[in-house]
Amino acid sequence: MSINRRQFLRRAGMLTALGFGGAVAFTGFRKKEVAEAAEYSLKQKAVLATRWAMVVDMSKFKTEDDFNRVTEACHRLHNVPDFKNTKDEIKWIWKDDYHHSFAGGHNQYLDEHIVHSPFMVLCNHCENPPCVKACPTQATFKRRDGIVAMDFHRCIGCRFCMAACPFGARSFNFKDPRPFINEVSPEYPTRTAGVVEKCNFCYERLAKGEQPACVEKSNGGLIFGDLDNPNSEVRKIVSTKFTIRRKPELGTQPCVYYLVGGDDHA
Amino acid sequence: MLEKALTGSKKYWAWICLLLAVIAVGFYAYLNQFNNGLGVTGMSRDVSWGLYIAQFTFLVGVAASAVMLVLPYYLHDFKKFGKMVILGEFLAIPAVIMCMLFIVVDLGQPMRIMNVILYPSPRSVMFYDMCVLIGYLCINLVVGWTTLGAERKGTPPPAWVKPIIYLSIPWAVSIHTVTAFLYAGLPGHHLWLSAIMAARFLASAFAAGPAILILLCLIVRQVSKFNPDPEGGAIQSLVKIVRYAMIANVFFFVLELFTAFYSNIPEYSASLRYIFFGLDGHSNLVPFMWTAVFLAFAGILLLVFPQTRKNGKILPFALLAIIIANWIDKGMILIVAGFVPNSFERVVEYTPTLNEILVTLGVYGIGLLLITVLYKVAISVREEKDS
Amino acid sequence: MYKGGKIIASLIIFVGLLTIPFFYNMGKVNAGPEINLDTPAILALAPADQQCVESPEVMKANHMQLLNQWREAAVRDGQSVYINSQGKSFEISLQNTCLNCHSTEAEKASVTGGMSNPAFGSTQFCASCHDYNAVQPLCYTCHIGSKEAAK
Repeated sequence: MSINRRQFLRRAGMLTALGFGGAVAFTGFRKKEVAEAAEYSLKQKAVLATRWAMVVDMSKFKTEDDFNRVTEACHRLHNVPDFKNTKDEIKWIWKDDYHHSFAGGHNQYLDEHIVHSPFMVLCNHCENPPCVKACPTQATFKRRDGIVAMDFHRCIGCRFCMAACPFGARSFNFKDPRPFINEVSPEYPTRTAGVVEKCNFCYERLAKGEQPACVEKSNGGLIFGDLDNPNSEVRKIVSTKFTIRRKPELGTQPCVYYLVGGDDHA
Repeated sequence: MLEKALTGSKKYWAWICLLLAVIAVGFYAYLNQFNNGLGVTGMSRDVSWGLYIAQFTFLVGVAASAVMLVLPYYLHDFKKFGKMVILGEFLAIPAVIMCMLFIVVDLGQPMRIMNVILYPSPRSVMFYDMCVLIGYLCINLVVGWTTLGAERKGTPPPAWVKPIIYLSIPWAVSIHTVTAFLYAGLPGHHLWLSAIMAARFLASAFAAGPAILILLCLIVRQVSKFNPDPEGGAIQSLVKIVRYAMIANVFFFVLELFTAFYSNIPEYSASLRYIFFGLDGHSNLVPFMWTAVFLAFAGILLLVFPQTRKNGKILPFALLAIIIANWIDKGMILIVAGFVPNSFERVVEYTPTLNEILVTLGVYGIGLLLITVLYKVAISVREEKDS
Repeated sequence: MYKGGKIIASLIIFVGLLTIPFFYNMGKVNAGPEINLDTPAILALAPADQQCVESPEVMKANHMQLLNQWREAAVRDGQSVYINSQGKSFEISLQNTCLNCHSTEAEKASVTGGMSNPAFGSTQFCASCHDYNAVQPLCYTCHIGSKEAAK
């Protein structure tokens, strides 16, 4: 009649297993019919590439406005909040001076003007991105077209990618960004607190057949194209002119090239 | 066996209540962080890891250090450690749990933590760290619980635990190696980008961990009738391990200094210059670093000479010096200084906020509570047998 | 039974606590959610186009799986067009496809008014069902109302 503890636990365990098993059996059977005949495809207008890259022609960036216009176009489109402090700051494309952007080993006689001349910096969309390797959930990943993208839905906010990125291209949402967005752009979602974000080479615009927002507003200062295509303008510049990249010695193969002192394009 | 933790003296309950109060405060602080985001911490775009990840790093070492008892006892049949091994394993369990908690409180989206398992990423060191930590927790739970249970019944531990015990030895090494790999494989942080990181981590772990364990043994002796070192000599053997590990740790650190400063490559020494002398007028960490240097050498000296090493009054202070030196090095400086200077060679300093410190204390409170409960169980079983 | 009285008494209290919600709501009117499928945006469409991306039955039962599939396709595979079982194409976008139809002027106004949760700020489409079922999807902590919202 009476049962001992061991028997009780065994029976309770079996009942629990039965319950879970039954639940799975029920839900498992009903899932299937989600849109069987459906397919996914690209937009017809979409511009395609296998290795998106950017050339920053520094000769085209002369005034303060040249920089601000580009940053503003990007930040407004992507709902990048403005926290007005460096601690919580979020930025996708911004300017920094030469000797900080291209850190390490400058000749000490370099003209002050050059040392402090501003450069446009953004995510380099590296060919061997350390951030992608670091991410424990594949929330940041490399697309087939070379763009290093973020899946904000999946990011757990561990910030391993921020530690891994040698270019300081990544920002973290330390606070809810919504109250700090002046004018919400309906073209792109905002982010939630606790995820990392960065430049995405405007893949949402490329999918619609448009150029990245910064390129559009740069008056030719930013040149965007497919590095794998020998006829693309970026490829011509990169192969024939003298360009520099940030920290190439780390082997990440940055895809943002800086054309310094070249006025005419190839 | 857990029921043993439910009976105790007034002092025992007072201590438990104190810990619960600390945990409650920490939990409240965490709720604030959970609702308002990590902005309530001192972390920034430039120093994106802080106190939490540093504590995680330090505690992985404490967890791994149980191997310094397991290895001599089970592999070399060093009988003197017989009574102490269980205390080592029961220190490892709370240490691993604290590690996991520090990871969780550091996440921006803690509710999504299962994504790490849903989307396993074998290229990420973080994925392996999760695997080895969970594995190590399970190993120690199984081994500690079965050996103590067997001891209570007066039987030898079942044969199937032996292979698991042997497995725990390389596993302990692996948890700290993988933790070092988290940092040592990242391009762009020269303080971390060093092949000796894992070795240095293990050396500092085998100094700080056993030092904490000895202090715990001394406390156990004070508050209970159970003597973890009945024959004498077990504690002194462990002290020698602490000493050599600490010397190795300091030696490895000096190797880092040599490479960085003699090669004269500015990037290699920038972080080190920041922690020893300050950089661009920023010197928050300098007093801490020199304190750590002083304590490390003082601790080593006190443990080298037999007169001081065997002096029951001095020994706790020597061990405390070692623990604090290691904590400053790993639990405070190493992680933060790795971000200084940042990717743009600018110095941005980090100071933890009160909220962050309270959360940290809360997690340590949980760890201490677990240590107390587990040690209470172990002590009660021993006392029961001795009487 | 050892300490039988106490055990049974505790069990009764436990079951009592567990069933409080049922007793609390007993006899109250249970109005189901009102699903508003005739927003101005939908009514403005030609009758043939008024069906959602899939049939109402499929959408009712599977919209969450479909949204998850859309998310994977658009974010991770860069496939921004969905071709449904009838061969019709839709742009994959919660903001610009779903919410374009499933929102009203009042909701759009609430977006421009700085409301961070358009669908949940009202008793309209998503909210009506989800509130009723006490399901809180997190979509709108990031996604914003339709294109017109910004005007």
